[in-house]
Amino acid sequence: MMAAPETALQSFVLLRLGERRFALPASQVAELVAPSRIFRFPHKSPALEGVILRRGRMIAICDIAEQLTGSRLTTRRFTLIATRKYERQLDWIAIPVSGECELINVDMVPASSNDSPHVDGWLSHGGEVIEVLRLSALTPGPVETLMPAPLHDFAEARS
Amino acid sequence: MNFPPAEKSQQPRTEQIILFRVSGQTFAISSASVQEVRSVDNIAGMARDLPESHLKKVRHSIHRGDRTLYIVNAALHFGLQPQPASLVFFLRRTRTALLIDGIEKMTTMTRLQALSHAFQGEERNWYRGLTALDQAVVPVVHPEGFLSLEELTLLEAAQSSADTHPASSENHGAKVQ
Repeated sequence: MMAAPETALQSFVLLRLGERRFALPASQVAELVAPSRIFRFPHKSPALEGVILRRGRMIAICDIAEQLTGSRLTTRRFTLIATRKYERQLDWIAIPVSGECELINVDMVPASSNDSPHVDGWLSHGGEVIEVLRLSALTPGPVETLMPAPLHDFAEARS
Repeated sequence: MNFPPAEKSQQPRTEQIILFRVSGQTFAISSASVQEVRSVDNIAGMARDLPESHLKKVRHSIHRGDRTLYIVNAALHFGLQPQPASLVFFLRRTRTALLIDGIEKMTTMTRLQALSHAFQGEERNWYRGLTALDQAVVPVVHPEGFLSLEELTLLEAAQSSADTHPASSENHGAKVQ
């Protein structure tokens, strides 16, 4: 007897940064919240703006728009809270976005060796070809433990 | 139907902290790490210049018992715009005397959250983590994080040089900033 083939469709969250749309695996997205106060304190991680306080948790905030679109966001409508995994530890990161987000189910074409390190794959949706982002390549973190592929076992991030 | 007895609720671990100010920024330090608090005026007569210190944040040392402590300007350590400091924390089990602007209050923290992995700079040595107090986020400093081993080696060399050149080492009562 042959095993049933895995479902090809995966869930992704589409996010808007300026004029462009990008995608993240839905399993890496914890929630989408209104922008809140950013607490700043001295540090030497220039990609980070500070932290936000969400449900008692302090979450580093990082604007990834400049790396992806060439300019920083002028309008921040929401903050997307995503998770990254380092070995067995979950690490949360807040990303400002400039528009509504959308949940879609679609098949992803994996990135090729010619794609940028931040591209995990490609989606085709609504006539657009959309990059699926690899957050570990866009946000600072311990390089030696970065997971090369997207993680799909982030259910605990939602608890 | 019998329900199992509810587990005894555990008291959250708490830690006494001192909130202090440096160039308009608030930090926290465990009160157990602070051996003594003195005013800058009070130690000015005992501080010695370290003319050959290569560390901008350390310009003076002070002898306490049989040990030499280095006076670290907290504003310069954190890369902030320095303001006239008014207090010095003598930090327990370190060789640091920390120049700060003032104390806000003593309070208790119930939770210390480790720095996110996204923070990858020197701040990983500076802070034990972050705590939330009254809907604000306060970094909790690491008492050993003000002087690295390399910095201490440089300072010891500067101190030896000051000790062997009486003309400069006699400069007691330096203005500590």
